[in-house]
Amino acid sequence: MTARIGVVTFPGSLDDRDALRAVRAAGGEPVALWHGDHDLRSVDAVVLPGGFSYGDYLRAGAIARFAPIMTEIVAAAGRGLPVLGICNGFQVLCESHLLPGALIRNAGLHFTCVDQRLAVENSATLWTSEFAVGQELIIPVKNGEGQYVADEHLLDELEQSGRVAFRYLGGNPNGSRRDIAGICNERGNVVGLMPHPEHAIDALTGPGTDGLGLFVSVLKSLVAA
Amino acid sequence: MTDTVEAAAQDPGGEQPYAELGLKDDEYTRIKAILGRRPTDTELAMYSVMWSEHCSYKSSKVHLRQLGEKAPHTDVLLVGMGENAGVVDVGDGLAVTFKVESHNHPSYVEPYQGAATGVGGIVRDILTMGARPIAVMDSLRFGDPDHVDSRRLVGGVVAGVGGYGNCLGLPNIGGEVVFDPTYNGNPLVNALCLGVLRHDDIQLARAEGTGNKVVLLGAKTGRDGIGGASVLASATFNDEGGPSKRPAVQVGDPFTEKLLIECCLELYRRRLVTGIQDLGAAGIACAISETAAHGGGGMRVELDRVPLREASMPPVEIAISESQERMLAIVQPDQVDEVLDTCARWGVIATVIGEVTDGDRLVVTWHGETIVDVPPGSLADDGPVYERPYARPADQDDLQAESSAGLARPSTPDELRATVLSMAGSPNLCSRAWVTEQYDRYVLGGTVLAMPHDAGVVRLGDDTDRGVALALDGNGRFARLDPYAGAQLALAEAYRNVAVTGARPLAVTNCLNFGSPEDPEVMWQFAEATRGLADGCLALGVPVTGGNVSFYNQTGATAIHPTPVVGVLGVVDDVATRVPSGFAASGDVVLLLGSTDDELDGSEWAWVTHRHLGGRPPQVRLQQEQSLARAVHEAAGERLVTSAHDLSDGGLAQALVEAVLMRGVGAEVTIADDAFVTLFSESTARALVTCRDADVDRVLELLAEHDVPVLRLGRTGGNALVVRDLFEIEIHDLRRAHSETLPRLFG
Repeated sequence: MTARIGVVTFPGSLDDRDALRAVRAAGGEPVALWHGDHDLRSVDAVVLPGGFSYGDYLRAGAIARFAPIMTEIVAAAGRGLPVLGICNGFQVLCESHLLPGALIRNAGLHFTCVDQRLAVENSATLWTSEFAVGQELIIPVKNGEGQYVADEHLLDELEQSGRVAFRYLGGNPNGSRRDIAGICNERGNVVGLMPHPEHAIDALTGPGTDGLGLFVSVLKSLVAA
Repeated sequence: MTDTVEAAAQDPGGEQPYAELGLKDDEYTRIKAILGRRPTDTELAMYSVMWSEHCSYKSSKVHLRQLGEKAPHTDVLLVGMGENAGVVDVGDGLAVTFKVESHNHPSYVEPYQGAATGVGGIVRDILTMGARPIAVMDSLRFGDPDHVDSRRLVGGVVAGVGGYGNCLGLPNIGGEVVFDPTYNGNPLVNALCLGVLRHDDIQLARAEGTGNKVVLLGAKTGRDGIGGASVLASATFNDEGGPSKRPAVQVGDPFTEKLLIECCLELYRRRLVTGIQDLGAAGIACAISETAAHGGGGMRVELDRVPLREASMPPVEIAISESQERMLAIVQPDQVDEVLDTCARWGVIATVIGEVTDGDRLVVTWHGETIVDVPPGSLADDGPVYERPYARPADQDDLQAESSAGLARPSTPDELRATVLSMAGSPNLCSRAWVTEQYDRYVLGGTVLAMPHDAGVVRLGDDTDRGVALALDGNGRFARLDPYAGAQLALAEAYRNVAVTGARPLAVTNCLNFGSPEDPEVMWQFAEATRGLADGCLALGVPVTGGNVSFYNQTGATAIHPTPVVGVLGVVDDVATRVPSGFAASGDVVLLLGSTDDELDGSEWAWVTHRHLGGRPPQVRLQQEQSLARAVHEAAGERLVTSAHDLSDGGLAQALVEAVLMRGVGAEVTIADDAFVTLFSESTARALVTCRDADVDRVLELLAEHDVPVLRLGRTGGNALVVRDLFEIEIHDLRRAHSETLPRLFG
């Protein structure tokens, strides 16, 4: 018994095949979803992958949020469907208001690709239950618009309600407020992060296997449910 | 008023601006002889771009022939030189295609777009062969870091390479960045792309089958890049050069290219095209004439059907515009609807603009009037060929006589230590992280090794362990001292870089960057370098599969150093056996493979410490390179070596620094002979290798079998690079010296 995890391909999605591979590596059944469809193909969870949807010539993620499939995802997320947004996917989640705040151009103004140390801040979400709070991970981060910003009030609220999922350690690659690398919604079913767990599933092709934990987490919670 | 064939026939003597378009008197006369009349405006423009140096290779052809004539016998070439890119069999029914190409002139005029479209162009070459592009590399050369223009160029080019490749979803797995005042005003931007395909997926750029439709795919055609090949890439920059030529530079849209790639791959998979060609230099003019010529028939094209960004564009501009992200497909009539549907699904504009015809004429019409009627081969294949005069440069003997032997050498331990540190932080040897961190190396999930390793290694798919290794190298200083040897040294370095990952080198691509072919001294450099490359490839048993020539890299009368850049591709049967370049663990035995002579002429040391360039480059040792490669390949296959790092610029000292810094594992080594020569000589066919204690005997046995000399240097471990009895440098200090330079200069 396993779960079906969908990965959406928008025009300009780049890490969609990587996300499908990660789902498979974690033991799930990967399902390709198409931006123009209104059909979630009965998946049990959805990943919005990295890339440059529609070229991101406007604000990153600003056009993808209007894709037909996003209507379905926003509705399903409201009903508790687990949704993970990685990098561009995180940007789409913020643009869709499934997650608060916004991602702007990196403080250094350059695209940056590095193996990044992270700390897990919340292990109660559907995507982080395999981790322990405080656990350190190494996961690649690669983006040009990854600086997480929100007003002070919201940042306080996120921290107080435990909705900061991941924080950068040993240097902040993009100037994100309070070193925030990833956040979740109140219910814990929607998680967005800038680092790319799908690139950390095999020591041969990535810095290690720390990224698998996100996919294993959601599979376990789905199978248990 | 559009100039038509009819009008041209009635007015045979009309004056035409052929010289402004870059055509010589005799070339214009030849066009009139071919047509039996004066060319129309559109024909003239098409000949001017197709017969430009950039498209026709008219000055280089007679020399490039050697690369084919001297090619070593091999069974691995499925498609050789002459197509958009060569295709190499790597086993298990898999093949790869790879090629490097220059975008030097556009990158000087407009660095971001010039570099970006350089990447876009080479990616389409690979796509055209039927392959999925899976990685890119870039070889970049800039002027002195302190030159007034360097900041603009370095920042713009690196952002352009990254901006396009990242947005396309192609990992950048390596390359080089070099600074030298010879490139002031003439930066070199050479981009390489690698693609993978199955043997039966190979596509060819041919328009065959009378009645088949000619379909233009991708971006609308605009006014960008008008005359890029002729006006920009086939002429020398002068005082009016630079930004005033900006309209000749194309503008890139990687998002459209990404859609075009996925769309074309789906068309191939569903067997919906019978021929395909990318649109690069010379745009539609090139694509229609080449596919028609190579298909052996004719073609009729209605130019007024081409979708435009600007409705007012006249046909002459439409024909030669170099707008990016376009492909030309040849499609059977009964499959046109399916092709258009597939393109619509990907959001790719697709338009039937013509059809393949009987006969041997390329006919282009504009709203029903014939504006081009020519034999397609006269554009594509029968351009002028020049035997340019060449002469050994007048200063060559003096340059070679002025060796580095008289330069003051560091001798005390403190001097040696200081030299290691200052070289580690010098612009050509310091960490490239500031550049490479702007590139995505992870996307697609197949990257096994990327920079700062000696070569990039990618796995060819999720269902195979097979991978390829790729390295791209050049050394303009060596080539300046001796272009024949310089080309071979570039080849040897790339070959060695591939070999130390454990891969078996298979094939070569090249990008030959030179000054003006109209200067006999430059032409001599070109002839020598090409001859050296052909001989070198023969000796190493690796054929050239394709490449590119870039002339006119000069400002006024001053040419750049001749700079042949060579890419070598190797195959790795099981990527899990790949060998990293950095020390992996403490306690390993450190070995120096190969032999070291006093070879400092043209070296990084002579340049960094004395700004000296003279003498003769290090001896080329191709047989030893081959032995070294075979020994490391076998040792890697038996999983005996824990790291292997090529020795090149900066010699053993720099190799130690890089091996230590990669994972922060120190080392203690002993140097018996002349410490300075051992540390800084750039003798070739050498590598730094580590292995576990238990495996040393077997490694030594393998090296002996292949006649590879070996020195036991010491052991890995600790927090410093220690050269016993001489000096030690803490890793922390080493890293600071190595990593601060580029951010300080360009951050």
